[in-house]
Amino acid sequence: MRATGAIATRSGTALLATLMAIGWPLAAKAEPSRVVALGGSVTEIIYALGEEERLIARDTTSVYPEAATDLPDVGYMRALSAEGVLSVEPNLILAEEGAGPPEVVDILENARIPFVTIPDDYSPDGILAKIDAVGAALDVMEKAQDLRTEVAADLSSANSQAESLANGGEKRVLFILSLQDGRVMASGTNTAAHGIIEMAGAENAVTSFTGYKLLTDEALAAAAPDAILMMDRTGDHAATNEDLFAIPALSLTPAAEAEAVIRMNGLYLLGFGPRTAEAVRDLSVALYGG
Amino acid sequence: MAADAAATLPLPKTRDRQTFARWMHLWLLLLLIATSLLSLGYGAADASLFGALAALMNGEAISHIEQVILLDVRLPRLLLGITVGAALAISGVLMQGLFRNPLADPGIVGVSAGASLGAIMAIVLGPLLPAGLLALTGNALIALSAFAGAWIAMLILYRVSTRQGRTSVATMLLAGIALAALTGAASGLLIYLADDQQLRDFTFWSLGSLGGTSWAKVWITAPIVFGAILLAIRLAHGLNCLALGEAAARHLGIRTEQLKSGAVLLTAAATGSAVAVSGGIGFIGIVVPHLLRLGTGPDHRPLLINAALLGATLLVGADIISRTIVAPAELPIGIVTAILGAPVFLWILLRRRGLVDL
Repeated sequence: MRATGAIATRSGTALLATLMAIGWPLAAKAEPSRVVALGGSVTEIIYALGEEERLIARDTTSVYPEAATDLPDVGYMRALSAEGVLSVEPNLILAEEGAGPPEVVDILENARIPFVTIPDDYSPDGILAKIDAVGAALDVMEKAQDLRTEVAADLSSANSQAESLANGGEKRVLFILSLQDGRVMASGTNTAAHGIIEMAGAENAVTSFTGYKLLTDEALAAAAPDAILMMDRTGDHAATNEDLFAIPALSLTPAAEAEAVIRMNGLYLLGFGPRTAEAVRDLSVALYGG
Repeated sequence: MAADAAATLPLPKTRDRQTFARWMHLWLLLLLIATSLLSLGYGAADASLFGALAALMNGEAISHIEQVILLDVRLPRLLLGITVGAALAISGVLMQGLFRNPLADPGIVGVSAGASLGAIMAIVLGPLLPAGLLALTGNALIALSAFAGAWIAMLILYRVSTRQGRTSVATMLLAGIALAALTGAASGLLIYLADDQQLRDFTFWSLGSLGGTSWAKVWITAPIVFGAILLAIRLAHGLNCLALGEAAARHLGIRTEQLKSGAVLLTAAATGSAVAVSGGIGFIGIVVPHLLRLGTGPDHRPLLINAALLGATLLVGADIISRTIVAPAELPIGIVTAILGAPVFLWILLRRRGLVDL
């Protein structure tokens, strides 16, 4: 496998020139056998590639597939502990963008443990780029190519299915991250939520800012969403339909009239990994019926 | 000053306490050394200090990873823990002495609020800075900004409460509350502007951690803090006199204005740098001085030295817990110090009400 992997690496360079810049120094070395994955989508891709036996630890956000949760948890990926990560004796660290703090990354690099950052972009191409980068780092380019082709086809079929379901009448979707004292923390542009809403043949109801922010009642009414999208979770962030529509501004929207509230698992919906096509399908069916 | 054995009234047992305080220096130093060795020898990774030493003695090489864990992870972290713990504890002593109030802690001179504002400014607005400037500050942007915030808040407060060369401690206390509200509002505004990730970064920062320790942080912080401790010990006599009241202290020949500005500046230097590198770590500044006063009395000279030693020991101990209890992840140290500190503080309140009702 090592030899074929190396050959595939060489033949794939033209297509993946930029990504190879990250993966190349590793591809030249022995196949890394003790991998720490930081970021839910990276972990999912490693499982999708069938390389999970090389995985020895994960971060807090890596909760799918369930088997991953049996691995030691090295903490929240932006507040890592240098000794904690070193203690599991990895010989490769695969991290989504933003892993840190930088001092810890410096120490890990100083310990001569390859630290590969996997680019994060909330688009179909972003998912494919992640698969390429993980495949390159793990030196399994052939498998990665297969997965990439499969996921690309899946994504485009999900997208065209969504488009045909929408049939030109794009619904306006409001993504609510959480309710805080009756105020709504909603997604603007440049978020995973925005990306998935667009991919599901719908329109983000809030595009006046980037990231997640609290909306005023007026902005909420002006957003006039046809449907509300939320993560399905418990505890602090859980909100029932009654909680939602008790908010006056929200009770006036078309979404309230139709009681159109869609709840999906957070990592499934926002992870931008191999399951995203499936999530796009689920979301578009939930929006448009099908 | 010596206690008169023939005195009919039971005078304060000054000599006993002095001797006790000296022994205390020794015991606390030994405790700090023991905790430090434990901190170097114990952690999430297998690397053991004694194993490495034994290997070196036998002329065997230790592995590169072990070397990194011992020299680049545990050692700077230990030194930063000692520095930060000592800084917080002596700042607590200085503030309680200056305000003659057992509840005073460095937060009272606006240092914590200012540092917090500085940190969130760096987290939220940092990415907007020109790339050249960002490259210059590198990883230290949050620390630098927190340090600057601490100093600016303290200077404003000091300025507000000083009139015609005289600093009113009462004004400072009240203005501190106003300033904390103001910086809180500014922080709130930035929190509103922050994105999801920046919010999480700020939450982790305010819970405190020694996780992002680097040698650079040790080199910058340690000289400031240990300089501040040495200077603080020179204020001990003045603070003792100040305990009798400001007028009495002046009659005893203490230059009270210099004393006050000195205590405030040293607190800002020590706490400002401690908070800048470790985030918000609570309770060391309040608990340590009280714990020591129970044993060695109110004399500030031994109190300052003991506070530095005990503060360092407690923080290093708390850090051992913080980095091993959920290994390979780590618990923010502010949580550990509050969980351990708050019950101790309550216990002191319940047992020694008289001590606190000054």
